[in-house]
Amino acid sequence: MSTRAPAAARNSTRAPAVAARNLIKTYPGDVTALRGMDLGIEAGTVFGLLGPNGAGKSTTVKILTTLARPDSGTATVAGHDVLRHPDRVRRAIGVVAQKSGADPVATGRENLLLQGRLYGMRGAAVKRRAGELLDRFDLADAGDRQVKGYSGGMQRRLDVALGLVHRPEVLFLDEPTTGLDPEARTAMWEEIARLAGDEGLTIVLTTHYLEEADRLAERIAIVDRGRIVVEGTPDELKGELRGDAVHMELRAGVDTGAVTTALTGLPGVHEVLVDGGRVSVRAEDGAAAVPVLLAALERAGAAVAAATVARPSLDDVYLRYAGRRFSEAETADARPAAATPAGGTR
Amino acid sequence: MSTQALAQTWYMTQRRLMAVVRQPVFLAISLVQPVIWLFLFGNLFKKVVELGGFGTTSYLDYLIPGIVVMSALGSSMWAGMGTLEEIERGTLNRFLTTPVSRNALMNANVVENGIGTAVQSVVILLLGRAAGASYPGGAGGLLILVLASVLLGAVFGALSNALGMLVRRRESIIGINTFLLLPLTFLSSSFMAPSQMPSWMRHVADFNPVNWAMVAGRSALSADPDRWLVLSRGGALLVLAVIAVGLSTRTFRSYQKSV
Repeated sequence: MSTRAPAAARNSTRAPAVAARNLIKTYPGDVTALRGMDLGIEAGTVFGLLGPNGAGKSTTVKILTTLARPDSGTATVAGHDVLRHPDRVRRAIGVVAQKSGADPVATGRENLLLQGRLYGMRGAAVKRRAGELLDRFDLADAGDRQVKGYSGGMQRRLDVALGLVHRPEVLFLDEPTTGLDPEARTAMWEEIARLAGDEGLTIVLTTHYLEEADRLAERIAIVDRGRIVVEGTPDELKGELRGDAVHMELRAGVDTGAVTTALTGLPGVHEVLVDGGRVSVRAEDGAAAVPVLLAALERAGAAVAAATVARPSLDDVYLRYAGRRFSEAETADARPAAATPAGGTR
Repeated sequence: MSTQALAQTWYMTQRRLMAVVRQPVFLAISLVQPVIWLFLFGNLFKKVVELGGFGTTSYLDYLIPGIVVMSALGSSMWAGMGTLEEIERGTLNRFLTTPVSRNALMNANVVENGIGTAVQSVVILLLGRAAGASYPGGAGGLLILVLASVLLGAVFGALSNALGMLVRRRESIIGINTFLLLPLTFLSSSFMAPSQMPSWMRHVADFNPVNWAMVAGRSALSADPDRWLVLSRGGALLVLAVIAVGLSTRTFRSYQKSV
């Protein structure tokens, strides 16, 4: 965008947008939210913090956005120390929290004007900026209506607009699509993808939707029980799982032993698993392996009813690094999270 | 305070006042109770002035400063509910991630409460005038009465906010307010002249800040104000307001640590 004057200056620095070392945070009642969180986020990228509820994503965001103080550890955001210069950090960041925070009695425009004024924007400049953002987030018609009449999607778009009023260097999006209906979620994804194209803007996205992280983030860190268990691009993470999964359903009357023997040792095929009439294997290239597998099964006298190839999902990645299924972690961690002090989501 | 913080205080105050103006229903509801006091009790107890000690022959004249002060108490002690709502909605956290001055956030509460109390007091005084009350103390007396109720409002508004941030439960605010409202109201000179009260009650009332505001305001509004009474009670209220606001600012800091 040509109006983003500070962008050039940002690009020349190339310092990491976020750097956190060994953050530890314990809440009263011995609830340990972070146990040594390390984080490095390159400027101008979209970074996803992925993990189940209660993993420590929100606590991390609260520390990086100066809301909470870590028990120990250090962090800088946009080059400023969050503990020593919280005010400089606040000027450099935009925050879209899980809870809306927009004033329901005020109009969308009034919310934006106030937010801009808190950053020291005045007069015609802040009015122009509010108008720009209303247009951009498709709220121009609703801009002068009270926010309490907005739909969930509209409110969320306003929240993002509020986070962008002062043209931050780093934008934090904490669970931006939680609670949205599928249509509004897709619209929000498109919006975030567009934001990612903004020159120099770094986006830190937390989510417990695997699909969301996969789709939006250039790099993903998987958070489990207060620390990062693995980090990389979505493809790197999935690539480490050595290939695709091929699932096949066999017609009745199968000799399990014969099927296993027939498939084991085929070129490019690993981890053969036969469970009744269902056969799963890992293959370096799923599509190429299918004809080979089918031929081998035919030779063994097993008729195949259906075959599917699945690219590894982040769920598989999560299973591998956190040692449990994502959905299991969600339910297991829901309990300690509920025991936190009032209003505490972490 | 820097001019920046002053401007921010104004923006935050404006935001809160606008919320009040946009919801005129609540404004109307907040006037129902004073109107009931004024017209129901004003008429019901009309004859008690005949007992003497009221310093006036019109019970309405005696009653109005009491109603102004009681209403200031009644509306301010719920301030914590608003704060709680802002915490729950995430609004407070949104502001805390901006460079807004932390003092501006707290001061806006005090200023908004003050303006609200002043407006409410003036409306009640006008209603009283319409009902036939007279204010011999004139403009100066009226001003002192309004000021006293604003100070009292600041005390209870700040305490209520502190409570809201500390316990973060609506039930606690409701419980404590219901527990305090009646004793604070009736252990005061709101309805009855001190000389007609049982002596123990009179002594208890001497320690009741609600009564300080009534005594100061009523004296200022009388034909012959007692300077000492006005200054001592008014001064005590001022000191208490400073302490209460200080306390709520401290609570605010501890809230920020507990986020």
